[in-house]
Amino acid sequence: MKFHFFHLMPYADLDPDYDKKYDSAWITLPNSYYDPQKGHALYNRYLDELELADQLGFDGICVNEHHSNAYGLMPIPGVMAGALARRTKNAKIAVLGRALPLLNNPATVAEEFAMLDVITGGRLIAGFVRGIGAEYHSWGVNPAFSHERFHEAHDLIIKAWTETGPFPYEGKHYHFEYVNCWPTPYQKPHPPIWIPSQGSRETIEWAADASRKYTYLQTFSPIAALAHFMKLYEEAAAKQGWTATPEYKGWSVPTYCAETDEKAYAEAKPHIEAMLNKFLRMPPEMLLPPGYQSLASSKAIRSAKKSISEKQTIDTVIEKGMFLCGSPATLREKIEKAQDEIGFGQFLSVLQFGTLPHDLTVKSTTLFAEEVMPYFRRKSAAGQAAAQ
Amino acid sequence: MAGRETFETVAGCKTRVMRGGGKGEPLIFLHGASGASQWIPFMDKLAEQFDVFVPEHPGFGGSDTPDWLDNVGDLAYFYLDFMDQLGLSGVHLVGTSMGGWLASEIAVRNQTALASLTLVAPVGIRLKGVRKADIFLLSPEETVRHLFHDPKLVEMALSRTPSEEELDIAAKNRLIMAKLAWEPRLFNPHLHKWLHRITVPTQIVWGENDKIVPAAYGPEFQRLIPGSKLEIIPECGHVPHSEKADVLAAKISSHAKASA
Repeated sequence: MKFHFFHLMPYADLDPDYDKKYDSAWITLPNSYYDPQKGHALYNRYLDELELADQLGFDGICVNEHHSNAYGLMPIPGVMAGALARRTKNAKIAVLGRALPLLNNPATVAEEFAMLDVITGGRLIAGFVRGIGAEYHSWGVNPAFSHERFHEAHDLIIKAWTETGPFPYEGKHYHFEYVNCWPTPYQKPHPPIWIPSQGSRETIEWAADASRKYTYLQTFSPIAALAHFMKLYEEAAAKQGWTATPEYKGWSVPTYCAETDEKAYAEAKPHIEAMLNKFLRMPPEMLLPPGYQSLASSKAIRSAKKSISEKQTIDTVIEKGMFLCGSPATLREKIEKAQDEIGFGQFLSVLQFGTLPHDLTVKSTTLFAEEVMPYFRRKSAAGQAAAQ
Repeated sequence: MAGRETFETVAGCKTRVMRGGGKGEPLIFLHGASGASQWIPFMDKLAEQFDVFVPEHPGFGGSDTPDWLDNVGDLAYFYLDFMDQLGLSGVHLVGTSMGGWLASEIAVRNQTALASLTLVAPVGIRLKGVRKADIFLLSPEETVRHLFHDPKLVEMALSRTPSEEELDIAAKNRLIMAKLAWEPRLFNPHLHKWLHRITVPTQIVWGENDKIVPAAYGPEFQRLIPGSKLEIIPECGHVPHSEKADVLAAKISSHAKASA
């Protein structure tokens, strides 16, 4: 199993009382809540944490993209990936991802990712997403064309990486006379592509198509949903005539590791709850603008009558398996059990979340790297030896 | 009385059209963002005098969603086809909100089949500095509070629990509204340049207390459509056909007479 350290870079200094005046930390929260002096310290601290993960032997370090919010301060994730490209030497750098439909010129992603891949000598993992619903409000991009634009932008980028330019691109949303990507990617035919999702059937089937075989990542979901969607992915792959082995399946989950279960729970509680109830706070109109999902999916959500705005506690997310929290032994056990049942091969731990401070992030990350990861590496090495 | 439900296939799109009246000159009512699934008292009022057509736009309610539908201009051409196919002429065209935008787009393209135009709180243009409500960010409850002026109507609307079928239609309408009007938000940046082409008698009607599209838009439409008149309905929000049905029907009727 591969281990990755996924940072969301929240604005941890957010005034927690903002919600007395505003209903969300997204779209409409005034940016007067942001203090660039504090932001300066945070960005550098977070980059240190990602670099530490590289030094501690994580297989990958991951960044992502969100806009106009306090939950994740990487509107241009390539800046972070660029900063990490030269300061890290071993870990893959995963940009999870760029939100393709938001762009009027997605060829910029082909260029940006190719640059990162060439600078790092092939350490880039390319993530493509549609962005969450809130992004479509913040950027004014039409959510009803989100799927169409995603597919067109994706096709354009892959073509830009794999076909000799210049060539014209004739789409519905994107039209180019001359696509001619300089530089071309270091990895051939192109960097590995990962598709993070909350589990839309359309996305799963698309990622599992035999012409793509993209690694599918289930992000921040109950473990029952993880199992369900991984099974869908396996079935979709089987239908396409290939076997989705573990490396094609990833699980992204906030994780906290401390000396004992009790200590982990007490230390993580205020910070995970800040993430849940402050940073992720969003009414359904923000999260799910019309057209972002198919009518069938939005009907299913309506019947489930759930919204991310519901108050959640550390207990509810631990119980649902949306948050892994405990001693190294507990985490080994939980991850092993989930892996045995679900068979994922990419584990993306979000080891900083909400307001979790630097010292606890470093402690948890170090414990995880030293006490949890080696167990699985030994196991996998033993498995390989037995197979030979 | 209720409208008769009929279906017309125009430009390959099976379209639900409610019909009422049958005597008098033809009148087409073009609905706004919330569609026109129900035959409402306002339509009865119109049917006393006109041969009333209430289509649901392609993509809305009981009409199909054709592959060709990407923007309001597509809908405008669709309705030109619709009038041709039904052999309609001398049409009194009434559009409310989104439907008012659509009526304007039809009229700038071709108004030979039209006898008069009534635009009720239309969107379709942008008056810099005057913001419309963000219909895509309002919660269902806030939406109701924005639509009506009369608090009693607000409470009545909020006390109703919509059926599953109504919720399905609302979701479908919302999706197509986003497709047509998310960006640029509720307007066509080029429409204002050509509104002067509308020469058919035009009245613009606005609820004085419109919280979705401020009544300040009224004079701007009037300025852009030469010879048009502006009628303000006091104590009224964004949906005069619901809130002041009799007043609006009377205005449409007298405008039609004056346009003869």
